[in-house]
Amino acid sequence: MALSTEDIKKIAHLARIEVSDSDANATLSKLTGILGLIEQMQAVNTDGIVPMSHSQDVVQRLRDDVVTKTNQREAFQKISPAVGNGSDARAVDGGLYLVPKVIE
Amino acid sequence: MINSSLKTLAQMLANKEISSVELTQTFLNRIDAYNPEINAYISLDHDRTLAQAKAADVRIAAGNATALTGIPIAQKDIFCAQGWKTTCGSKMLENFIAPYDAHVITQFDHAGAVNLGKTNMDEFAMGSSNETSYFGGVKNPWDFSRVPGGSSGGSAAAVAARLCAAATGTDTGGSIRQPASLCGFTGLKPTYGVVSRYGMIAFASSLDQAGPMAKSAEDCALMMNVMAGFDERDSTSLNREKEDYTRDLNKPLQGLRVGLPKEFFDIGIDPSTKDPIEKAIQKYQELGAELIEISLPHSSLSIPVYYVLAPAEASSNLSRYDGVRYGHRASEYTDLMDMYCKSRAEGFGAEVKRRILIGTYVLSAGYYDAYYLKAQQIRRLIAQDFEEAFKKCDVIMGPTAPSTAFKAGQKADDPVAMYLEDLYTIAVNLAGLPGMSVPAGFATSADGKPLPVGLQIIGNYFDEARMLNVAHQYQQVTDWHAQAPTLDKPEGSA
Repeated sequence: MALSTEDIKKIAHLARIEVSDSDANATLSKLTGILGLIEQMQAVNTDGIVPMSHSQDVVQRLRDDVVTKTNQREAFQKISPAVGNGSDARAVDGGLYLVPKVIE
Repeated sequence: MINSSLKTLAQMLANKEISSVELTQTFLNRIDAYNPEINAYISLDHDRTLAQAKAADVRIAAGNATALTGIPIAQKDIFCAQGWKTTCGSKMLENFIAPYDAHVITQFDHAGAVNLGKTNMDEFAMGSSNETSYFGGVKNPWDFSRVPGGSSGGSAAAVAARLCAAATGTDTGGSIRQPASLCGFTGLKPTYGVVSRYGMIAFASSLDQAGPMAKSAEDCALMMNVMAGFDERDSTSLNREKEDYTRDLNKPLQGLRVGLPKEFFDIGIDPSTKDPIEKAIQKYQELGAELIEISLPHSSLSIPVYYVLAPAEASSNLSRYDGVRYGHRASEYTDLMDMYCKSRAEGFGAEVKRRILIGTYVLSAGYYDAYYLKAQQIRRLIAQDFEEAFKKCDVIMGPTAPSTAFKAGQKADDPVAMYLEDLYTIAVNLAGLPGMSVPAGFATSADGKPLPVGLQIIGNYFDEARMLNVAHQYQQVTDWHAQAPTLDKPEGSA
């Protein structure tokens, strides 16, 4: 299927990446080339082949439901980004991360 | 000393011929002299590094040294190291100070090794030339106009230019082996699950695997003894008994069955690469190996399959970078959606964005079966090809990369041409097998410079010790691995 710049914008929105019109055009030609490469797969008959998601045929390990990690909130919040929109303060307040208001 | 093996360095340290501080300072001096030009390291912290060297000297004096105590190692900037800036080659993580250690870092710390610094890499390990790094390209020490390969390009240049005793890398589609080939040293990607991925920044989780990059197979074996092992914090880490990867180094190769996949010699290979590879294989024959022609009929599909599966996994893994808790947040935005979209648009480079978009597309509604499922099915066919092949042979040999190091900029604007660099390495990741690259000679460039050529050795699952033996025996009768580039004295030095 040939992609359009509208498709690129839709995919970019799903991926939460802002693209300008000129970016979308440049991306379109590159992605079309890559999808052409991927298209080679369609020549292979894969009827009845079990998909392989992982190289080792092992089951997920389970562990006891106990606390194994200590609270490191302060260490982790030290590396929070700056708030932005004119504020250089860390985007943390009272142990909570600051994001734009999402509920009116 | 800068050319000495890890074993020799350990002996010198044990005999007090040199201290770890002196050894470390020697490498730091070389880094200070050459790194401004080569750009192999992103982050250096001499005080922290020398403090580790001092602690190593105390440990050596106390008689508690391990094989790597006091040895200066370069760490790829994909491994979180507490207190170190850990960027993964991205603007997204430009100011990210890791709050914890990756398992690999912990293992080296426990061994008493010294962390020399964090090495340059393609952004989020997506690239084959190190040109996608936000922190600039890396120069190939054999010819500064050429790329070192990627994604572990900084570690590769550091090993080749003797800016470290050894280095770590990661390999999702060839990122240890291809730069090892282009820079002329020994690199090993272990079986998937052998080295813990805990604290190793994720690209494509079913393919990513860390391994050693060093001057010889013996050095790689010593590094593997530190890096490998079960870690419950990585859900795909395999619970196996600890191995000594040096145990088989000295075994003779009489009767070794070497499989030669005809597909690896038919397509894509440059004549200047083919010649050294064929001579290396002849050498193995002289060492008593038996050559067996094999076929990997689906190997040509490994690149299309990889460029569905790896971007799909990457699009999911990289969704964590949202500008909320760490990493880059846009300085101006209107609402939450705008903050996500702008932070990611600014924080990621062009190649990373392309792969996220490809991954998002192939996983999107209506396309899953045609792309993702299809790719997983062919992945099984590729793995089955190897399974059949290993019924007839012990190891598989062929080229690591289609050609020698290419000029910087030559493929930077053509993703598909760049992807073909990993023609011979990607199938190994898809199958989860171990693979290594071993120096096998040189080709001469048009302007008369010697450029290294790497021989790829692919082993069966968990057969690293045998592969290291196969490489080590070759390194006993050849000296390709011991050759180092002649570096011009940096400007302004005496």
